[in-house]
Amino acid sequence: MNLYTYASPATFYHLAGRLIPWFAWSAGILTLVGLYIGFFVAPTDFQQSEAYRVIFIHVPAAWMGMFIYLVMAFWGAIGLAFNTRLSFMMVRALAPTGAIFTFIALWTGALWGKPMWGAWWVWDARLTSTLILLFLYIGIMALWAAIDDVKRGDRAGALLALIGAINVPIIYFSVKWWNTLHQGASVSLTKAPTMATIMLTGMLIMAFAAWFYSIAVALARVRAIILERERHTEWVKDILER
Amino acid sequence: MTRFLLAVLRRDLTLAARRRGDWLIALFFFVMVASLFPLGIGPDPKLLARIGPGVLWVAATLASLLSLSRLFADDHRDGSLEHMVLSPEPTVLLVLGKSLAHWLIYGIPLLLIAPVLGVQFHLPADAIGVLLLSLLIGTPILSLLGGVGAALTLGLRGGGVLLTLLILPLYVPALIFGAGAVDGVLAGTGAEAHLSLLGAFLILTLLVAPWIAAAALKVSLE
Amino acid sequence: MPDNVLLSAHDLACTRGDRLLFKAMNFGLVAGELLLVQGGNGQGKTSLLRLLTGLSRPEAGEVRWRGQPIARCGETYHREMAYLGHANGIKDELNPLENLRFADGLQGRAFDAARAERTLGDLGLARCLDLPCRVLSFGQRRRVALAALLLAGATLWILDEPLTGLDVHAVAQMEGLLRDHLAAGGMVVATTHQALNLAGVRVQRLLVGNVAIPDIAASPDPVAEGAA
Repeated sequence: MNLYTYASPATFYHLAGRLIPWFAWSAGILTLVGLYIGFFVAPTDFQQSEAYRVIFIHVPAAWMGMFIYLVMAFWGAIGLAFNTRLSFMMVRALAPTGAIFTFIALWTGALWGKPMWGAWWVWDARLTSTLILLFLYIGIMALWAAIDDVKRGDRAGALLALIGAINVPIIYFSVKWWNTLHQGASVSLTKAPTMATIMLTGMLIMAFAAWFYSIAVALARVRAIILERERHTEWVKDILER
Repeated sequence: MTRFLLAVLRRDLTLAARRRGDWLIALFFFVMVASLFPLGIGPDPKLLARIGPGVLWVAATLASLLSLSRLFADDHRDGSLEHMVLSPEPTVLLVLGKSLAHWLIYGIPLLLIAPVLGVQFHLPADAIGVLLLSLLIGTPILSLLGGVGAALTLGLRGGGVLLTLLILPLYVPALIFGAGAVDGVLAGTGAEAHLSLLGAFLILTLLVAPWIAAAALKVSLE
Repeated sequence: MPDNVLLSAHDLACTRGDRLLFKAMNFGLVAGELLLVQGGNGQGKTSLLRLLTGLSRPEAGEVRWRGQPIARCGETYHREMAYLGHANGIKDELNPLENLRFADGLQGRAFDAARAERTLGDLGLARCLDLPCRVLSFGQRRRVALAALLLAGATLWILDEPLTGLDVHAVAQMEGLLRDHLAAGGMVVATTHQALNLAGVRVQRLLVGNVAIPDIAASPDPVAEGAA
């Protein structure tokens, strides 16, 4: 097990280095294509006019924000169960990206809400649970910031991600339940009537772009974390001196 | 196993009895936070009754957080936490015992004073009854989830504030179902659905939180 | 390694932060033997002791009890092991008897008040039984912790600086207790800065860290050591 945990980051470092350009370029190209479709090809919406175009950013960001949290919990669980150091590094590398996507989702939600609902912020079920998701991200990063010991930080963060992930569906459900009780039906994003195929295509392309971007950024961050943590090993000294 | 659990309970209750300041402060905090709202909002009875359930529930979560940062910290400082973790019994039982003791020491007094605050907020009698019931089911959730936060932040600088940041988002379902139950009575739609959901959340928390807290405690002691 | 080894370390490595405290540490302890852990401040003595208790996990290697890794036989191991760290682990608000009652509860044992009173009396605390530990002196509180150790009835004692705060008389008493425990087939792992008179005891010495220190303790005659 030891050999494995020691050797693994070194091989992964080089593998990640080869993969990053592919993911980064794919993300860049897909973003350009997706945005082009979103802003120039997709027709103006009958009800929501031009403002709806923000969903090409908003929806993929919201998906990624939620999804990355679950991926973090997954890697955290793997790390806790098998004591693999790389898993904990993945958790740390993913958190900032997830938090940024969640933040973008909230921001674009506000931009979209102003023309739609006439208010920057509405206590809509989705927006509210996304806000709480952002709090969960901030909590994990604050916990890491407060713990000096790397090993303790890794495990504590993984445990928090785990209990957060168990809670996320319950939070989402409870907020939705609360929302329906307190405000009749509000305009909901996915209820945008009969989405045209071209809109869906644009959104999916943007979603893939977000995926590839997240992977590229997370890999780059893992590489940095590996270098930092393994700085006393021979192979890292070799790289740094070259 | 039972003997171990009873020993933990008995000890924490004895300590609380000798250090009355701790739980009285948490109790007065609860009363004061709740009493500040009418001062900030105005004495209109209808408005107060409307916001009362939510205010009392938020105040209860804050009061419980106030005391949670010390759930393990005192025992950590004098070394007794290590002895407890090194006992032959599983750490989950220890966490369960300490959370239960926390609920008895800090949760029950909130329950007892809540009707008085309910009257302050012009809640009708049946709503106060449901408020008590919702707090009875809900406050153990606060103690159990808080145990996770207390274990994670053990011995950290600014642990108390950090604990609040980590745990408050996890309290959201309890807050919604708990305050919602009282709202349900006020709106005439009934509280059963809310209370059952709150009960389900309590059971889930009881099944999950002690394990995570026990693991967190071991991580923090390393 | 002989068959009757109860506690053994296998290729233990321990890091604190970035610093490697020790690696490839091996030893085996048989019944009736004392392991004296030596080394300068910050060299990892306490870290080693915490590894041996199972409170922390080694970077590499493992600790075994009766041939089983302690990570897998925690319950049995913790029943037979008692730990006394820098902190006494007693509550200031409780009196000595209450503290011992709780210590017994932790072990899942019924509390024997008469035995506890006798032990406290033997340690010179007969007059402090109903005082909260808050008002006791440092040395007295240390002795309450020692009483808990004696009452635990463990085979293996892991002691981190057990003599701190004890007066000359109490140190002599402690030496007697250690000898009795070892003679009865018990085992002790201890760190200490003070000299110990341990005539007739099987002692194994273990140097932690790379700073060599003068040969102390473990010799038949008490030899004083310099700055602690």
